[in-house]
Amino acid sequence: MAEPMGFFTDTTVCIGCKACEVACKQWNQLPAAEGGQNTLSGDSYDNTRKLDGTHWRHVQFIEQFSEDRKDGRWLLMSDVCKHCVQAGCLEVCPTNAIIRTEFDTVVIQSDVCNGCKACIAACPFGVIDINPVSNTAQKCTLCYDRLQNGMEPACSKACPTDSIQFGPVKELRERATKRVGQLHEGGEKRAYLYGADEKMLGGLNSFFLLVDRPEVYKLPPDPQLPSRNVPMSALFSGLGALVAGAIALVNFRNRTKEP
Amino acid sequence: MIDAPSSAWFTAHPHWSWLVVLYFFFGGLAGGCYVLAAVIDLLGRERDRPLARVGYLTVLPCLAISAVALIFDLSRPERFWHLLVEIHTWMPLIQLWTPLNAAAWVLMGFGLCAVLSSLGVRPPSLPGKVVSIIGLLLGLYVASYEGALLAFTSRPIWSETPLIGTLLVLTALSMAAAYLVLFGRWRHWELPGMRALQRIDAQALVVALIGLVALVVSLGDSARALLGAVNLILLAAVLILGFLAPLALRFRAGHVATAAALALGGGFLLRTLIVFSPQGIGQ
Repeated sequence: MAEPMGFFTDTTVCIGCKACEVACKQWNQLPAAEGGQNTLSGDSYDNTRKLDGTHWRHVQFIEQFSEDRKDGRWLLMSDVCKHCVQAGCLEVCPTNAIIRTEFDTVVIQSDVCNGCKACIAACPFGVIDINPVSNTAQKCTLCYDRLQNGMEPACSKACPTDSIQFGPVKELRERATKRVGQLHEGGEKRAYLYGADEKMLGGLNSFFLLVDRPEVYKLPPDPQLPSRNVPMSALFSGLGALVAGAIALVNFRNRTKEP
Repeated sequence: MIDAPSSAWFTAHPHWSWLVVLYFFFGGLAGGCYVLAAVIDLLGRERDRPLARVGYLTVLPCLAISAVALIFDLSRPERFWHLLVEIHTWMPLIQLWTPLNAAAWVLMGFGLCAVLSSLGVRPPSLPGKVVSIIGLLLGLYVASYEGALLAFTSRPIWSETPLIGTLLVLTALSMAAAYLVLFGRWRHWELPGMRALQRIDAQALVVALIGLVALVVSLGDSARALLGAVNLILLAAVLILGFLAPLALRFRAGHVATAAALALGGGFLLRTLIVFSPQGIGQ
């Protein structure tokens, strides 16, 4: 297996240019939404709205301003699939359409997926959706085809400020830790890394430098694997089945004693 | 989403449609019918055998509707067989830890039991007993596994309580009993088993009602997902039409069929509430 590869997204240097979105769409030949009709969301400059089957990069525009608009700041973040080391989508896929690649990334094989949508509900980050052209579940592949040919993913290649950095995860983590230190020294004490350590789903191969709570960036503070819920659910379903069986048995067993 | 009660609220809805409600409803009815038919066949009197026969014969059409609903809810229905076959190796795809794959195999086994029972492989013959017992166990699985299917997600409500499967299997039994009561009334059957079915319907409803209250309590802060207008109306309809009204009517003479019809309809409403309650929450 090759070295685990990933993204480090430093949100403090994102300028919201959306070059990553365009590069991703272009390289992966993703279709335009609503036939290319331009509809405004009314949510700042964010007309992409969310990650889905045709938007594998999404630049968020978060406006934090006082009511008189004299004081405030912009938070900008290019969101993407986290390529979790323990991936919820991968564990629930009933057709084996979702695989882990030699780069430790998570890829959906479009020729295998039958669109059961289990992965959409399983992803703790709400990253996956159905691509209306292929009618299969799709998300960022971390440009698997480019990686196989020794190339960098399209989004990080296009990023003009190096907000999106691509490389071996180990190296990225070192770089990210230094960057947090640099920001702390410069007075930005709110800077921290989201998903860089193994506590979060074994580590996110796409991790982020944030300067506010995860919820502000529409990121879950404590994402969990779907399999965590199954033992208790199976236990209580089994208990329910036992009670249901007992109700049926008792009533017909009693009845046989009737004259 | 800044004030979201849990991380589950940051996930996306899978766009499961009404077909999934039908899949749950007819799957539950099939499981419940087989369980009751097998119990009647194994423990009941000779006179009640017609009820068991109707139960067995109901399973196959219900399973067929359930399977068709599941297949057509796939975005690529023509690839439904990818659930059973590994397409690169053409080997059977067995990964029983994923509820959908496990269900695909169990439904095949359950369908086989239903076919055999419908063809007359029934107790008191030994092969009939074996088929009925295996079918009974698979029927309980079919009626309850959707709880694990929903729990095996990251969605609000579905992943936040272990009680959905409990509720589904109990209401599946109640629905099946109600269906057999309705069928018996339609055919003017005066079988002793009819009274037992009414008791089963009522007892399963009482336990399920306790389960529903426990489920809402177990959701904690996430229960506020049920406070949206549509969810609140559905929850009230489930409680009143699906639980309280049939239980109240059971004690009034001449309302047996109405009570059974309400229990059956309540089972459908409950499944609608469960499938659609997290809709609109999240990304």
